[in-house]
Amino acid sequence: MIARIDHLLVANAFLVAFAIVGLVMWLSNAISTRLTAGRIHGSAIAILIGLAMSFWGGLATGGHKGVADIPILSGIGLMGGAMLRDFAIVATACEVDLDRAKRAGMIGFIALLLGTVIPFLFGAALAWAFGYRDAVSISTIGAGAVTYIVGPVTGAALGATSVVMALSIAIGVVKAMLVMIFTPMVAHLIGLNNPRSAMVFGGMMGTVSGVSAGLAATDRRLVPYGALTATFHTGLGCLLAPSILYFAVRAWVGGI
Amino acid sequence: MTISGVALLALCTLLGQILGELLGYSLGVKANVGGVGIAMLLLIVARLQLQKRGLLSVGVNQGVSLWGSLYIPIVVAMAAQQDVVAAVGSGPMVIAGGAGVVLICFLTVALIARLSPGGETMDEIEARERREARATAAAAMGSVL
Repeated sequence: MIARIDHLLVANAFLVAFAIVGLVMWLSNAISTRLTAGRIHGSAIAILIGLAMSFWGGLATGGHKGVADIPILSGIGLMGGAMLRDFAIVATACEVDLDRAKRAGMIGFIALLLGTVIPFLFGAALAWAFGYRDAVSISTIGAGAVTYIVGPVTGAALGATSVVMALSIAIGVVKAMLVMIFTPMVAHLIGLNNPRSAMVFGGMMGTVSGVSAGLAATDRRLVPYGALTATFHTGLGCLLAPSILYFAVRAWVGGI
Repeated sequence: MTISGVALLALCTLLGQILGELLGYSLGVKANVGGVGIAMLLLIVARLQLQKRGLLSVGVNQGVSLWGSLYIPIVVAMAAQQDVVAAVGSGPMVIAGGAGVVLICFLTVALIARLSPGGETMDEIEARERREARATAAAAMGSVL
């Protein structure tokens, strides 16, 4: 009997995902209003619960996709995968005020450039500090500090070792998670309460998952502005990191 | 029809991704360049065009806003499938790297916000929009009377 129910739930995994995520949202909102008097946003708590679930899922299965590796919860993989994530982000474009976005255009672009170069330099310095001396490894780890997609794309283009690739992905993933967790906490300190600073934030932080979740937990209305610039960030990183930035690193460490 | 809104959204998303791929390809980059951003711009333009022609029905708006409102639950599902175990267990360099880069980025955002005051906050914008809506409603009442 249990096997039959199990089979049924696996066959309806996408519906299970809606039910579970709905439960998490409801629980988070209850915690937010009852225990924190609304000070911590329900979405922030829900995202933390999500990350905790994924930690537990990873421990339980030994896989790399959190709870999505558990068969009855595999629907979470589809629901939170790139396809529906992008679909839902595009839908938020309806809330964008075009005039306001235009006015923030130039500063958004500057933030995009800074958001690529500054993390890259930091990552490169870190790689140097941890004993890496070849331009390919330094650039790949630097690119990982941009986002966890720019890291492996750069590494693949330059022919980095798989250990370095894994490191660069891991730095990007930690970055995305920290952005999700800490954005709502520091939002008022960094002036994150208007469309323009949201666009700067999106361009600067880059990781679409980190930015969109962090802004969602801060103020749902800021999401489309942050997402609009963040989405160009990975592309710009993939463009600059294996080319100009790599050449700069190679010139600096003396080429191999 | 609600499906027309969902279909419009799907078309914009797909077209944006295709254009993002083409842009990446033409730049010689192994990644999608701005696919989602292009899709968002396409959707904004499509809605403006429909509105201009009086074709923006309730259904179209419903189909799009349905997915916009599912956005946070989708993000929660995304959080639930990250490789948290690997991120936590991969050593001091990764933790130092992630934490350091996030700190620097937060500081830069704060600096940019200081250097160029950000204008209206979301709360102020909504308050002003409500005021304007009331004003136009009052004006309409006045012209009727």
